Amino acid sequence: MPEIKVTPLGAGQDVGRSCILVSIGGKNIMLDCGMHMGFNDDRRFPDFSYITQNGRLTEFLDCVIISHFHLDHCGALPYMSEMVGYDGPIYMTHPTKAICPILLEDFRKITVDKKGETNFFTSQMIKDCMKKVVPLNLHQTVQVDEELEIKAYYAGHVLGAAMVQIKVGSESVVYTGDYNMTPDRHLGAAWIDKCRPDLLISESTYATTIRDSKRCRERDFLKKVHETVERGGKVLIPVFALGRAQELCILLETFWERMNLKAPIYFSTGMTEKANHYYKLFITWTNQKIRKTFVQRNMFEFKHIKPFDRSYADNPGPMVVFATPGMLHAGQSLQIFKKWAGNEKNMVIMPGYCVQGTIGHKILNGQRKLELEGRSTLEVKLQVEYMSFSAHADAKGIMQLIRMAEPRNMLLVHGEAVKMEFLKGKIEQEFSIDCYMPANGETTTVTTNPNVPVDISLNLLKREMSLGGTLPDPKKPRTMHGTLIMKENSLRLVSPEQAMKELGLSEHHLRFTCRVQLQDPHSDADTLHRIYMHLKSVLKGYTTQHLPDSMSVMVESIVVKVSSSTEDPNTKVLLLSWSYQDEELGSFLSTLLKKGLPSVLC
Amino acid sequence: MKLYCLSGHPTLPCNVLKFKSTTIMLDCGLDTTSVLNFLPLPLVHSPRLSKLPGWVSKDGSINLEKELKECGGRVFVDSQPELCLPERELMDLSTIDVILISNYHCMMALPYITEHSGFTGAVYATEPTLQIGRLLMEELVNHMERVPKAQSATCWKNKEIQRLLPGPLKDVAEVWAWKRCYTIQEVNSALSKVQLVGYSQKVELFGAVQVSPLSSGYSLGSSNWIIQSHYEKVSYMSGSSLLTTHPQPMDQSSLKNSDILILTGLTQMPTANPDGMLGEFCSNLAMTIRAGGNVLVPCYSSGVIYDLLECLYQFIDSANLGSTPFYFISPIANSSLEFSQIFAEWLCHNKQSKVYLPEPPFPHAELIQTNKLKHYPSIHGDFSSEFRQPCVVFTGHPSLRFGDVVHFMELWGRSSLNTIIFTEPDFSYLDALAPYQPLAMKCVYCPIDTRLNFHQVSKLLKEIQPLHVVCPEQYTVPPPAQSHRSDLMLELPAPPLPYRRCSVLSLPFRRRYERIHLLPELAKSLVPSEVKPGVSVATVSGMLQSKDNKHTLMSVPRPPPAAPTKKRKRVAEEPPELLAPKALLSGAVPLDGFLATLHKHGVSEVKVEETADGHILHLQAEDALIQMEAHATHIVCDNNEPMRATLRDLVLRFLQKL
Repeated sequence: MPEIKVTPLGAGQDVGRSCILVSIGGKNIMLDCGMHMGFNDDRRFPDFSYITQNGRLTEFLDCVIISHFHLDHCGALPYMSEMVGYDGPIYMTHPTKAICPILLEDFRKITVDKKGETNFFTSQMIKDCMKKVVPLNLHQTVQVDEELEIKAYYAGHVLGAAMVQIKVGSESVVYTGDYNMTPDRHLGAAWIDKCRPDLLISESTYATTIRDSKRCRERDFLKKVHETVERGGKVLIPVFALGRAQELCILLETFWERMNLKAPIYFSTGMTEKANHYYKLFITWTNQKIRKTFVQRNMFEFKHIKPFDRSYADNPGPMVVFATPGMLHAGQSLQIFKKWAGNEKNMVIMPGYCVQGTIGHKILNGQRKLELEGRSTLEVKLQVEYMSFSAHADAKGIMQLIRMAEPRNMLLVHGEAVKMEFLKGKIEQEFSIDCYMPANGETTTVTTNPNVPVDISLNLLKREMSLGGTLPDPKKPRTMHGTLIMKENSLRLVSPEQAMKELGLSEHHLRFTCRVQLQDPHSDADTLHRIYMHLKSVLKGYTTQHLPDSMSVMVESIVVKVSSSTEDPNTKVLLLSWSYQDEELGSFLSTLLKKGLPSVLC
Repeated sequence: MKLYCLSGHPTLPCNVLKFKSTTIMLDCGLDTTSVLNFLPLPLVHSPRLSKLPGWVSKDGSINLEKELKECGGRVFVDSQPELCLPERELMDLSTIDVILISNYHCMMALPYITEHSGFTGAVYATEPTLQIGRLLMEELVNHMERVPKAQSATCWKNKEIQRLLPGPLKDVAEVWAWKRCYTIQEVNSALSKVQLVGYSQKVELFGAVQVSPLSSGYSLGSSNWIIQSHYEKVSYMSGSSLLTTHPQPMDQSSLKNSDILILTGLTQMPTANPDGMLGEFCSNLAMTIRAGGNVLVPCYSSGVIYDLLECLYQFIDSANLGSTPFYFISPIANSSLEFSQIFAEWLCHNKQSKVYLPEPPFPHAELIQTNKLKHYPSIHGDFSSEFRQPCVVFTGHPSLRFGDVVHFMELWGRSSLNTIIFTEPDFSYLDALAPYQPLAMKCVYCPIDTRLNFHQVSKLLKEIQPLHVVCPEQYTVPPPAQSHRSDLMLELPAPPLPYRRCSVLSLPFRRRYERIHLLPELAKSLVPSEVKPGVSVATVSGMLQSKDNKHTLMSVPRPPPAAPTKKRKRVAEEPPELLAPKALLSGAVPLDGFLATLHKHGVSEVKVEETADGHILHLQAEDALIQMEAHATHIVCDNNEPMRATLRDLVLRFLQKL
């Protein structure tokens, strides 16, 4: 029985370092290759020694697919390809290919230059790794090799995020990456067709949340920012340079314009300009509204939002600052946070999910005293707000995607075990399909039951369709007979006659002739007519023909001949003749006629 | 399989393919050469054009003063220009299931097909094709509606009258297929039927056919199409290019192994080398500017203009043209320039990698930023105040019959300092210039057509080896003007099937197989037996289910358990169900072996009689007779059913069932 095997090396009952191995139809695919923000040691990267203890990964993997540019989905890529060793193809969409190396370089700088770590991938390694990338277009069917094909679908979430369908023969798996089922201010909603995969691997970050309407959350966010700025406080919004940042910028930009606000808004990293440029060039990946109006007004040209300089952090008066990274685990956002944390007038708004171990995660859990490197502690007095702006599907969205794709099995990754458990129950109950949630390193095996594709001769098919109509009638099952010829990997279903001809076999005709004696005091011609009438009334639905010229009656292809016995003209001798193909009917007729003819024929 | 040819224009095709149960329209090109017979539509009042004499036949019997005007020795129709539509009577357009569009030039007739025809299907196109196609349609509508003409000339189309007109009006064909331009509402409605597809995307049509666009290298988002089932493959080639310009390179290998290749859209300028033309374009442009003249480039607002601008970007400084203003005037100029920058996925590798930096893929962004290139929606408004001469103006329409170009012709035509450079290959430049004669301005003809030439296509065909080629009849003979050039036609080992407007071709094509799926439980129940080394057969009996043109075969459900005892007697008397015939038999029954078997089953009194073809066995105790030949066995007996059944089964032991 064919099987699909799935082993998460990361993101199994966890969020972070997404890396999922899939074996399907003899092909091995790695889905995402991310890092974990919560760790600074070996656990930061997926454990590739699971694949092989020694040597390179190239011969074990047919391809690697990256769903989007977030580091928890691509952060380990240069490590995997250049340090562990992989030379096969790496697939990602154009925007991901464009943005991913920039974030990797950022990440490398923070780790190596600021924290002074050694034994980390270098800039050159990022470049070499990106050379192995093959860009993917939406809905394009890419043939990785003769059997393995992949296809990308729009996932929302961030610019260039994709879901991928992996197909070998008639078996298929869909991996969602991170996705978003509701359009937001700059991206559209994820979409997939009814592709009925054998397995759907879905993220489940918000497995238990049903988020309130986006409008409410936006109003809430604006209200909080506005209030803080009004009372002279400073607002810190830790974000990743690309993604949520642009959405919130659009939101604040329009709000500032409408309310005529004067407090400055800054964007902290040097990449703002660059980041917005990516959005302009990849405008086809944004939502309908932005795409439609981009010629007149490009939404990513901001008037109110200015680049930030480190010295501004100490300026008096209110301000709003977007700073990277988004989980307060390093870099500029952490620096600003340290400066502002002591003042209760200020506010930090966490607009996305924070993985365990990061400062973002700690303060969201209400921790008010933070231990920093170098044994110092930091008192957190500023207001901490969490706004779920990160664009993941919520429980409702996940169910909606299942309804769209109609998978035969479901597997959850990229979420917390407890929440997954809840969603798993819901899915199994609502869709009656199996749902799995393997932990890291644990293998899930899904057996598939593929149909066998066969070439049927058009003659046979047409003959059958003209006989039976197109829909099978459950009350009267009609059977189609054919001969399956198996030759050199080809399977062909043809009519028995054709099969014989092709195989050079000759038909063997088997016929039966049966004598039946009958007492019927009538002339031969009358008897013949009486037989005809009798058979006609019994055999409804059969073609019965009266052929007085040859003294015979035909039922389908069975011939019944009548003659009188030489001794007794009242004893008639019937000769029934049929071929083996009409065996049932012939046998039935001979038994029937043996019983004689009823005296009254209607 | 049939092909209905609705257009005779080889580069603006419109064909309908009937394949399996689907009806697929391949492109719907709009032939605009008809507008050359009309007077130009001036944007500002032109005393010259308004004073043209009307046409009256020599003997004065036909007076069409109002409809026809004489100008420069030719007769033109004074009316809203009309366009030549694809044939609409050859087939019922409402039966079309889908329309496949290959590039934005080949979709301009779409509203005529999808609107008011009962069409209910879908249109497939790539995103750049849709967006730029929309712009070009909007531009066409805008050009036409900006200069409304009250009158619509119809009398001259009367067959009896047309015959008496001077040439070329006398000879134009299909005048009854000429129609006025559509409206913007019709454009919007037609384009709302478009569904976007990406290169190599496989689109299922009704489960019967799969269609897939391939990059054709000709323009942004341009595609060739593959239409295939599991067993048959039709390739449709429209405008394709092997030159390295801005679009993604042509995907050639996917066209391999086609049963049929429908080949259209070859170059219209087989003798003009695009690179050479580009060079001539630049040198003529520089020469005119240096001499203090203006340059007019009548062109489409998308396509080659991107390459021209890129070429100029590299050329401007070396030719010392840094201070010369370049103007691009079209209602869609801005949109066209902006859209070109956002389709990185559809561009050649070089341009694609630019967006990773991130930089705009086309250098015209820099030309705009540095104010070297300015674009305006029309000559009215800002342009009139900022306009400086000498300058270079890119504007449409290349037919010189409508659009802003008409104004520049009137403005610059009388000075020999100015130059008009034709770059589009769609119109004869002499015909285009006819209503402006006599002209003093210089005319340079540098047609740039990047589509495949005959040399390239014959090389390509050798590579992809289609079984049959279908093409417009024009490709099967040398061009009329160069009838000795046998290299300017398709020469193939098997002659191509030519078509012309209104042809209906039966394509040489026999379908023999269809895909069916055996459900796993049925597949598992099969018992294969090897009949020859490497060849096994199994008898399959199953129930056929056909849904959405997909066929599956499943196991026959077991009959419900026998009815309760009461009815049993009746059941026995009922005739057997009308079932499909039993399996065929093959093989032979060996005499000795059969006799031994009979003996084993208690039939010992057998008299064997030899005949010409075999033997006759007399079973004396049973009063039965078995006639045995190489390929036939005949059992003759009295009505003794159990005995007959026994004999039957004994014979069957020696035979193979299929």
